[in-house]
Amino acid sequence: MINPTVVELSRLQFALTALYHFLFVPLTLGLSFILAAMETVYVITGKPIYKDMTQFWGKLFGINFAIGVATGLTMEFEFGTNWSMYSHFVGDVFGTPLAIEGLMAFFMESTFVGLMFFGWDRLSKPAHLAVTYLVALGSNLSALWILVANGFMQDPVGATFDPNTMRMQFTDLGALVFSQDAQAKFVHTSIAGFVTGALFVMGISAYYLLRRQHRDFAARSFRMAALFGVIASLAVVTLGDALGRMDYLVQRTKLAAIEGIWHTTTPPAAPWTIFALPDQSARKNIAAIEIPYVLTPLVTHSWNTAIPGIDSLEREAKPKIVNGIQAATALKAYAGTKNPAALAEFRKYQSDLGYGLLAQRYAPDQDLAKITKADLPGVVDRTAQATIPNVFVEFWSFRIMVAFGFAFIAVFAFGAYYSLKNELEEHPWMLKAAMWSIPLPVLVCEYGWIVAENGRQPWSVYGWLPTFVSASTHGVGYMVFSLVGFALLYSLFIAAELYLMFKYARLGPGFREAPAAAQAGAGPGLGRPGYANKSWE
Amino acid sequence: MEIYTALKMIWALLLGVLLTGLAVMVGMDMGVGTLLRFVGRNDAERRAALNIIGPHWDGNQVWFILGGGAIFAAFPTLYATSFSIFYIVMILLLFSMIMRPVAFEYRSKVDASRWRETWDWAFLISGAVPMIVYGAAIGNVLQGVGFHFSWDGQYYQDESFIWYLLNPFALLCGALSLALSIHQGGAMLMIRGEGAIAMRARRFAIWGGAIAAALFVIGGIWVPFIRGFVYTQPVNPAMAATPLNGPAVAMQAGAWMRNFHSFPILWLAPALGLAGMILGPLALAARRPVLGWWLGAIAWIGTIGTIGAAMFPFLMPSTTAPSQSLTVWNASGSAYNLGWMLVFALIFTPAVIAYTSWAFHLMGGKVNPEKVSRDDHLY
Repeated sequence: MINPTVVELSRLQFALTALYHFLFVPLTLGLSFILAAMETVYVITGKPIYKDMTQFWGKLFGINFAIGVATGLTMEFEFGTNWSMYSHFVGDVFGTPLAIEGLMAFFMESTFVGLMFFGWDRLSKPAHLAVTYLVALGSNLSALWILVANGFMQDPVGATFDPNTMRMQFTDLGALVFSQDAQAKFVHTSIAGFVTGALFVMGISAYYLLRRQHRDFAARSFRMAALFGVIASLAVVTLGDALGRMDYLVQRTKLAAIEGIWHTTTPPAAPWTIFALPDQSARKNIAAIEIPYVLTPLVTHSWNTAIPGIDSLEREAKPKIVNGIQAATALKAYAGTKNPAALAEFRKYQSDLGYGLLAQRYAPDQDLAKITKADLPGVVDRTAQATIPNVFVEFWSFRIMVAFGFAFIAVFAFGAYYSLKNELEEHPWMLKAAMWSIPLPVLVCEYGWIVAENGRQPWSVYGWLPTFVSASTHGVGYMVFSLVGFALLYSLFIAAELYLMFKYARLGPGFREAPAAAQAGAGPGLGRPGYANKSWE
Repeated sequence: MEIYTALKMIWALLLGVLLTGLAVMVGMDMGVGTLLRFVGRNDAERRAALNIIGPHWDGNQVWFILGGGAIFAAFPTLYATSFSIFYIVMILLLFSMIMRPVAFEYRSKVDASRWRETWDWAFLISGAVPMIVYGAAIGNVLQGVGFHFSWDGQYYQDESFIWYLLNPFALLCGALSLALSIHQGGAMLMIRGEGAIAMRARRFAIWGGAIAAALFVIGGIWVPFIRGFVYTQPVNPAMAATPLNGPAVAMQAGAWMRNFHSFPILWLAPALGLAGMILGPLALAARRPVLGWWLGAIAWIGTIGTIGAAMFPFLMPSTTAPSQSLTVWNASGSAYNLGWMLVFALIFTPAVIAYTSWAFHLMGGKVNPEKVSRDDHLY
């Protein structure tokens, strides 16, 4: 018998450790490329201020990077420590991108990050620049392979279930790596990291500009970040649309939950719900504000394709559940006896195996064999309802993510505009907006994770393996032990991280301020704001 | 030999290579972490010691991460089962491991002795605990672990974790692993450390190597009396990878010696290990730290080679359901997966070794405490 409390605690632990890890990852992804861009300007122009910029933002990068690396260790091992059935079931295909990530990307990132921090005096300028680029490339390649692995959970392609080994076996590397879901998600996530990095640099620079400190340094940093951010924030929304379309194609339960579509509407009338309080038990939206005729073209990019609502999706799931129960029962018989008849029976229904495993939870004593004819419709109904993720969480996480996503475009656009006009300090509201926005992309990335992973429920591998059967067979005591430990350690870490981040951001760049005379004579050059000419200078 | 069998054997060998790489490179850093409080009597000395491995610890740590990823992919059932069964110790390992990156990056960023003292303790814990756990886990695996599988491949644990934490042979293996890491870390501190640091490190490292040699000999005498495992029915090495319905396995004292009797050349592994542990400290005593470091690496190769030679093809035997013991034959990934991973390993491993060596070469030279204490960009 699977203990639901242990499963829930395992989910809680995974969600908390993953969300915590993901507080630091986006900044690493984005800031690494911003550092590379700054250093590129340094190598091309030879101006020492760009070296100072690379080193100062590099220091903040390091404070963030360390904790990202530390909490990433947890993730690499947590599949094994807490999700044994999952690891056994898909390790043959899911473990591979993780191993390749270590070999191809993480080794590169981690080896060169040491040289990036400590190799300034030992490397030529171009060599050090190459090292910085390798760090940026390595961290983003890491993200690629991790999201290839995650893409498999969302849309399991490139593997087939083998009844002899009782697991999914890897059959197609190309399909796995070039899974559309994985690719769209990789670009979306990396660019979300660029947005995070850009707003981080822009916000802290705004803080200096508000305080009239390190002005030249801050103005240049601000401008680079704002320009970087305009492009990234536009791209992240575009890729988000591509991902939404992927959900429409391969994860329709997620899409229905995101948009709160309880009922299928004839196209193109499907309304787009701006505001609602989705009520899962009543299966309707309360206090909904809807705009008709928007959702169909938005999601399907056409006028006449229906978007299935939750009612249709549950109806479609029911025959799969009935078949799945047959498949799982036959598989169990085959496992014990190696009876070819059982295998033939399994083969007939094998594509619905996952739905049978899902039904296990609602069977008497979690045993499919104990379902009587009278029980069956009830079990099928409950299982069908379970195929829908938590709509409220999905609906609102998505809306928060998208609303902020668009807000960032505005912040970057205004920032870039005033920065290019050299009028930043005359618009303190802009600087304040940038400064207070620093934590927002991180929050939005967290919501992005929730949209992706809550929307995948009740599956750990969509359509194949339910989360409920994926966990290790621990007792509650084990879970309490690890949860308490993680909570304590991670709380201490975040306190230390924030303390150092604030301390070093407040200290500011400890660089040699260029003497005023030299600055006045230099004139506006590449990416050089002309603050020296301002009246308040 | 079938291709699938060959792939399984190659990945068993690569698993050994990974565990060795992990032991040598991470073990060195762990040794430095363990010794930090003892070789550095003041802050400048401790910072110097940290910066000796400062540019490299992060890259070295990837051996650990890659170890996890490669076991996951190449031996999925082993990953799923062993990490879950050793839950308490794995979590302790993780707790101690995750302190380390943070300790490196944060310790010297605040100029307060309480702050730094606290992180120095974190270095001690995050150096010693993982090495003990690493060795103890292997010690437990050697004796077999109580678990069985249900029809769907889910594991069930049949023994309490208290046994894994407190069993004498496993503790011996844990101590051996810690001693070797102290030797390795001490040698590194001698290579790049100056004056007092190198002098103190030398004393610890010599003791580390000598104690390791003694423990290795005791372990060697002990192993023939431990229950080993052996297949008692013919095995098809190219079998579908599942621990269910496998050939029968017997538990016998001394079974771990069978491979050595059948292939006497395997005695080379323990010989190599012992030679490294004896000659390593001698090289350090003769102030030849680079030689001592490499002899330490050879000691690790010999130790892990000895365990592999004794257990092959067993990976994690079961005491409560011996026929469900995890082996190279029944716990591996599919042929397709192992094949592709081999391709990736062949392409990227040489690259990793090349740029790691270059990084060590580039950052080589003595680390001076005076200079370190004036430089606030360093750890």
